[in-house]
Amino acid sequence: MRKVAVIGVGMTKFSGKQDKTCVELFGEAAMDAINEANLKPKDIQALFVGNVLGDFSEGQGQPQAFAADYIGAFNVPANKYENACASASAAARDAFMWVASGFYDVVLAGGTETAAKMGTPLATRTFAMGSDSRYEYPAGITFPGVFAMLTHLYAKKHGIPLEKLKRQMAQVSVNSHYYGALNPKAHFQKEITMDKVLDGFMVCQPLQLLDCCPFSDGASAIVLASEEKAKKLTDKPVYVVGIGQASAGNLLSQKDYLPRLRSRELSAKQAYDMAGLSPKDIDVCELHDCFSIATIIALEGLGFFEFGKASEAVERGETKIGGKIPVNPSGGLKSKGHPIGATGTAQVYDIVKQLRGECGERQVEGAKTGMTDTLGGDGGTIVNLILKRGW
Amino acid sequence: MEHKLSFKDYNEALKQDKLLGLKCKQCGTITVPPKITCGQCAGTDMDVIELSGKGEIQTFTTVFVPPEEREAEAPYIIVLVQLDEGPWIMGNLAGIEPDKATMEIMGKRVKMGHAVFAGDKYSDGDGARPLFSFGA
Ligand SMILES: [Zn+2]
Repeated sequence: MRKVAVIGVGMTKFSGKQDKTCVELFGEAAMDAINEANLKPKDIQALFVGNVLGDFSEGQGQPQAFAADYIGAFNVPANKYENACASASAAARDAFMWVASGFYDVVLAGGTETAAKMGTPLATRTFAMGSDSRYEYPAGITFPGVFAMLTHLYAKKHGIPLEKLKRQMAQVSVNSHYYGALNPKAHFQKEITMDKVLDGFMVCQPLQLLDCCPFSDGASAIVLASEEKAKKLTDKPVYVVGIGQASAGNLLSQKDYLPRLRSRELSAKQAYDMAGLSPKDIDVCELHDCFSIATIIALEGLGFFEFGKASEAVERGETKIGGKIPVNPSGGLKSKGHPIGATGTAQVYDIVKQLRGECGERQVEGAKTGMTDTLGGDGGTIVNLILKRGW
Repeated sequence: MEHKLSFKDYNEALKQDKLLGLKCKQCGTITVPPKITCGQCAGTDMDVIELSGKGEIQTFTTVFVPPEEREAEAPYIIVLVQLDEGPWIMGNLAGIEPDKATMEIMGKRVKMGHAVFAGDKYSDGDGARPLFSFGA
């Protein structure tokens, strides 16, 4: 396999309901990524686009084909990836492989979503389609509902009083908003307090409003190129040195592992093994904090902390910049926002910016190696990417 | 390949308060809800069996923000129950005010009845789910 680098990244501001279409949003992010790579649309050989709900939010099927045409990458192959919230990361992983294999030299991966447009009832309904329609949805499952049940399991398994765990979870949200307030692309750019989190209305017991990420609109894109091409186009290539992906069935089929998510542990191991790295080698991580408890579960599944220990670590500040493993200095899904089909490559966007040292007040000084973690559904898809500075 | 137990047959049985599953002849594992292969060894030689419908609550949530068209049901409790035969199943819980449920209910014994989600424009028809109540 050839080495593959990220040579350009772009993302729109993430936000509430947009007037723009999902194709227009993708166009903005894609053109920024292409321009940054010193390329023209005609140089892009294929598109790999995450999008989950374009049909529900805008009546738009196969947005990837229209996106290719919209940006002027005329008639190139364009594929859509639907892996729930991990769609764009699955797109990026496949894009990587097409370049690594030698079939293409330059491709565009990304994602776009207009989830906020749908409003909460329809968004809640369509997000729940990422659960099992036959054996979970009849009981009325929702995404917050899944992570609410994992919260109770986590508290019981590790013997942490729920009230204590809730404060630690609230700290996760406070941290996310602290960094989001410094990120001009973030959906929410204001700090919140622990009291505000604990005063929020109940969504799904025990998750309150600010334990949950928002429904967002937005898009993101990255240009991937072979090492040879990358060296000609940029002096700051960021190499994709590890990739992992795994799947799982409904929650019931995961009973032997919950609240751990087996698919994450398998995926992360693939990525670490491929990169020849271990969790201690990661300088910064953008992980899938769809809910505050999800951060805690991810921190353990990715190997940064022992099982049952991550919530204390958050309390001690070990996931902030300067701590053991800086997590989500972008603001994460909670504060940066979560346009589901675009989230994965937006995580890559932020890691690339960190490795290039372009994050200003929320820069992790000297970061050389970064990781992304994206989860789809109740563990149905997990994708991990490890990226490394190439200079 | 033929299904030993399809969703349709499982669903119709559940509407009669009968919980059906599959027992693997190779490894003995019981798979519920049904799949085309054993949930443990992926073997295909399985018998359809009826389960007791009794078990223990593993975890729960009370949903206050429901999906579109399920507003009238909220708030409602979702439980994951470990059946006495081993598998976990998702259902709802009756017999307690939804907003009064706490972690105290985890570990409690429950027995199964059923309720039916009538379906919406996306769901391809109805779907029964276990409706648990305390005691067993
Ligand atoms: Zn078996």
